[in-house]
Amino acid sequence: MVRYLILLATIVTFVVARPLWAVSTASSPEKDFTAFRNFFTSKFPKVPLNDFVNGPYSMNEDMRKQWIEKEDFPPYDFALDHGKELFEKPFKNGKTFADCFANKGIGVRQNYPYFDEKKNEVVTLEVAVNQCLETNGEKPYSYMKDDMAAVTAYMAFTSRGKPFAIKIPKNPKALEAYENGKKYFYQRRGQLNFSCASCHVQSPGERIRAEVLAPALGILNAMPIYRSEWGGMGTISRRFTSCNSQVRSVPLQPQDPEYRNLEYYLSYMANGLPISGPGARP
Amino acid sequence: MRIMTLIVASAAVCFALSSAYAETAETFGAAYAKAEAANKKAGELRNQWTTTSAALKDAKKAADAGDFDAATGLAKQAEALANASIAQTQREDKLWTESEIR
Repeated sequence: MVRYLILLATIVTFVVARPLWAVSTASSPEKDFTAFRNFFTSKFPKVPLNDFVNGPYSMNEDMRKQWIEKEDFPPYDFALDHGKELFEKPFKNGKTFADCFANKGIGVRQNYPYFDEKKNEVVTLEVAVNQCLETNGEKPYSYMKDDMAAVTAYMAFTSRGKPFAIKIPKNPKALEAYENGKKYFYQRRGQLNFSCASCHVQSPGERIRAEVLAPALGILNAMPIYRSEWGGMGTISRRFTSCNSQVRSVPLQPQDPEYRNLEYYLSYMANGLPISGPGARP
Repeated sequence: MRIMTLIVASAAVCFALSSAYAETAETFGAAYAKAEAANKKAGELRNQWTTTSAALKDAKKAADAGDFDAATGLAKQAEALANASIAQTQREDKLWTESEIR
């Protein structure tokens, strides 16, 4: 009888405890979020949490001074004016961008990207801008710079200070998109054998040639950005493709699903941190 | 007379040897096709290297100029690069979790 009881107890332990163990060690967006946040705040204990959105300018006092000086005459100002003009200019059918977005497109940047459960794909702000143009019979913008950078700069500007609020719905496809974005972030690629994490997790604050590397936490909050290296504005698409080229990897098409997933992952990691775009970077 | 025979014979041997080792349009074509196939596979895995494309381009340029030695060498280099990018993709498919923040 005792033997049977011991056997029964063993079986019950395995059946009940194993799923509990499996749940407790499995990765989840919430767990990733906590670990990610703890990693950066422990690595840079002197950097106030919200300052991470300033990228390399958050890394030390000298850089921070440079950023404050830059903000006196921000190099993205022209793009901002142009973006406002484009945003308000009626399309040929009389509608404007305001007709395509919640709250007429003002103060909504923090909600992008989101997972579209009908199409089962990640929709970024850049994609939403082009969808709006095409729905209204207009030609889509190039995803890399110029008009796209200008319109998204204006939309980001109207959202400044609002915390990223990226949601991952309880939908296996949404979780899959998030996981794929995470995988892309950590996978090494290109002849130089670098991942996004090689620079932005393992080496933020370090120099790569003359540039100070930005931490991955809050890295998209300031997008789009004016980069001195580019001599102009660039979108998130431009940032991703140029990172790939720099490690000698052939970039994907701008707004390829893999890039959208990457943006989904990084934006979720920045939840709660304020939108600071448009930004300026060296 | 003997010297003349020796010179002619040596020249014939040199010619035979050089034609045996020099790359031809055919050997280049085969090397280039192999490199292109490997690079195509890397593309399917979504991890082509810019250096592979550059080596392929240079190989084509050298072949167009008739320098099949250089062209074949570059095509072989491109194939090696493409194979390395394939190996990297396969390795990283599992290894990426090692660097994940937990």
